[in-house]
Amino acid sequence: MRVINTKQIADAVYKMALHAGVNLTSACLEALRSARDGEDGGAAKFALETILENADTAVRKTMPVCQDTGMAVVILEIGQEVYLEGELLGDAVNDGVRRAYKDGYFRKSVCNPITRVNTGDNTPAVIHTEIVKGDKIKITFLPKGFGSENMSRLYMLNPAQGVEGIISAIVDTVKIAGSRPCPPVYVGVGIGGSFDTCAYLAKKALARDVGTKNPDKDIAEIESEALNRINGLNIGCQGFHGKTTAIGVSCEWAPTHIAGLPVAVNIQCHCVRCEKEII
Amino acid sequence: MIKLTLPLGKDTVKSLKAGDSVLISGTIMTARDCAHKRIFEYIEEGKKLPFELKDAIIYYAGPCPAKPGMASGSCGPTTSARMDSFAPTLLDLGLGGMIGKGEMCDEVREAIKRNTCVYFAAIGGAGALYGNAIKSSECIAFADLLSEAVYRLEVENFPAVVAYDCEGRSIYDDPQQN
Repeated sequence: MRVINTKQIADAVYKMALHAGVNLTSACLEALRSARDGEDGGAAKFALETILENADTAVRKTMPVCQDTGMAVVILEIGQEVYLEGELLGDAVNDGVRRAYKDGYFRKSVCNPITRVNTGDNTPAVIHTEIVKGDKIKITFLPKGFGSENMSRLYMLNPAQGVEGIISAIVDTVKIAGSRPCPPVYVGVGIGGSFDTCAYLAKKALARDVGTKNPDKDIAEIESEALNRINGLNIGCQGFHGKTTAIGVSCEWAPTHIAGLPVAVNIQCHCVRCEKEII
Repeated sequence: MIKLTLPLGKDTVKSLKAGDSVLISGTIMTARDCAHKRIFEYIEEGKKLPFELKDAIIYYAGPCPAKPGMASGSCGPTTSARMDSFAPTLLDLGLGGMIGKGEMCDEVREAIKRNTCVYFAAIGGAGALYGNAIKSSECIAFADLLSEAVYRLEVENFPAVVAYDCEGRSIYDDPQQN
C-alpha cells in the first residue's frame, strides 16, 4: 500500500492546468505544421499560418492559446494499492482547477445549465476515475472547449451496419459540423460499450497523442479510413476549404451488447491541449 | 491584405468580396449568447440599449481576464451559428456587421445582403494573437455577465477574412460543388 495525500493531486492538477491552457501538445503542433505545408495557398493557408503564429504568441506571452480555456476534464487512473488521505479527491481536483484558472488569467466558462449563472471559478471539473493495477496515479488533464464539444454526436447503430456504419457516423459528424467547430479537428471516437461508456471512450481517445494508432488492427483501419474520407470533404481549415479538415482520428473500443453498436464521436478543435502526469 | 478602418462606409463594404483577407482597425464591441438574449429583452420591452447599434460591428467573443499591464486577455471568436436567430433583426436595426467564426444560416446571409453589411470570419483558436491586437477594452453593458458582458474594444490590425459579402457570396460555399 502507498499513501498519497490528495494535496499532491491538487498541486499536480494546478500545474497541469496552467501549462495546458497555454501550450498545444507537441504532436498537435507537428500536425498543424504539416497541414500548413500541405496547403498551396489561399485562406486556409493564411488561417493555418495565423494559428501557428498564435501558438507561438501564447507561449511567448504566457497567455491562453485560446480564450475558451474549456471545462476541465480530469481522468484519474488510480492504482488499487494506493490509499488516499487528506481532503476528498474531487475537492482536491477542483481546488487545483480553481487556483490555476485564477492565477493563469483563464476564462471561467462553467455555469448553471438553466439560469446560466457562472460558477465563477471554472469548477466543478469533469472527473473520471478508473481503478487500475499498481501503486501510482496517472492524471490526464484535458481542457475541453465547447465550440467543438457542441458538434459531437452519439449514434446507437444497428449491429448490421458494421464497420461501414461506424465510418459513416464519424465522417457525417465532421461533415455536419462543417466550419463551426474550428477545423482542422481532432476526432475522438468511442465504439461499443453502452450509451455512457461509449461517450467516455470517445473523450479518452482525445487524450491520445495526435497521430498515434490504436494497437488493434481493425480499429486502426477504421481510424485511417475515416481520416482519409474526412480529408476528402474539402471543408479545410476554418471551413475555408483545403486538404486538411482533420489532423487525426483516434478510436477506443469496448465490448458491447449483441443488440447494439454504440458510436460516440467527440470533436476537438485544432487547439489540442492535454497534460499527463504520474504520481 | 486589405487594411480596413472602422466605421466602414457603404462604398468600402461594397468593395469587399468573400475570401478577401483583411486587417481591421477601430472600435468593435463583443456580444455572445447571454448578451444577445439580454439585448432582445431590451428590444422586446422597447427599452433603449446602453450602446449604439447603428453601424456597429459586433464581435462574437468572450475574453479571458487581462493580465496586469495588458489591455485584454486572449480573445478569439466564438461559433457564430449560435447567434443565427438574433443576427437578422440586429442587421435590420442598423448593425454594420459581425465578426465571428463559421457558417451562419441563410437568413443571416440574406440580411447581410439586404442591408449592405459584411460578416467577417476571425481565425478560431487564435485567442492569444487577437488578445494582442486589442489596444483597449472597456465593459459598456451587462457587467454581471462577466466574460459574456458587452465590451468596447479598440483593435489594431485585427486579422480576418470576409466570410459573407454584401452581394450574397460566402467563403464557405464549396467551389468543388459548383
